[in-house]
Amino acid sequence: MDVVSQLQKQFIDFSSSLYREGYVDDQFSQLHKLQDESSPDFVVEVASLFFDDAEKLINSMARALEQPCVDFKQVDSHVHQLKGSSSSIGALRVKNVCIAFRSFCDAQNREGCMRCLQQVSHEYTMLKSKLQTLFRMEQQILAAGGSVPLE
Amino acid sequence: MGGSMKAPEKEILGTKMNHRHRPKITALVVDDNMVIRAIHHRLLKDLGIENQVAVNGKEAVDVHSSGQYFDLILMDMDMPVMNGIEATRKLRAMGIHSTIAGVSSRSLEREKQEFMEAGLDDYHEKPLTADKIVSILHKISNHSG
Repeated sequence: MDVVSQLQKQFIDFSSSLYREGYVDDQFSQLHKLQDESSPDFVVEVASLFFDDAEKLINSMARALEQPCVDFKQVDSHVHQLKGSSSSIGALRVKNVCIAFRSFCDAQNREGCMRCLQQVSHEYTMLKSKLQTLFRMEQQILAAGGSVPLE
Repeated sequence: MGGSMKAPEKEILGTKMNHRHRPKITALVVDDNMVIRAIHHRLLKDLGIENQVAVNGKEAVDVHSSGQYFDLILMDMDMPVMNGIEATRKLRAMGIHSTIAGVSSRSLEREKQEFMEAGLDDYHEKPLTADKIVSILHKISNHSG
């Protein structure tokens, strides 16, 4: 198998694993359909926006939960935002933690919220790492003169 | 969003785009989330719809107060400064007859009902997809006859 074919196979296997393991859902593949010659880096650009947005929101949630008197509406507002953006990019695991997180905000359960904060931070970190790996694999295929397989 | 979606989209857009004296469909994306604004902006652009963005309901109202008009407004529900419900009410009170589609990740029926009653023509849960936008576009082409 030549180098490009090998890289393409690795890419397909890795990409499939992201869907299989629930890191991303169909919405992520919908984003790829918006990428074309006029915006060849659309998915990477949107992912970067998501990374910035998610990090700010997770930090804001953490600060809000550290307060002696927690404003659960404020926390919920940040979680709602993260749920929206994670849903739009297809970040399934992050979105699902946000759904559980909102229930704890509604119940004004600080411990539950803290656990969800840890979980969402973990899921986000994992997703970011996986997506950065995916994007690196795409670059390697292109650098080797191949084309990135369609999802 | 594959090849099969292009035919109905072009048919809808064709009624506006092929007629020399009728301008392209224009849209305003109103959402406080930059990820969602970027995606919806691209979705619309991909369908040949010129569009601008506003970061909250107040900006959406202000852009109309300055005299701009859009065939379609995609209005998020939860936004700071002015939310989608209030912005929709204000726009209708200003006499804005654009097709306004509410877009939200809220799923409770009563929340959707309140948003609809503010003056929406349509409502969709996030995330928006090309399919959902095409169904919204049908409402514009029905309005314009």
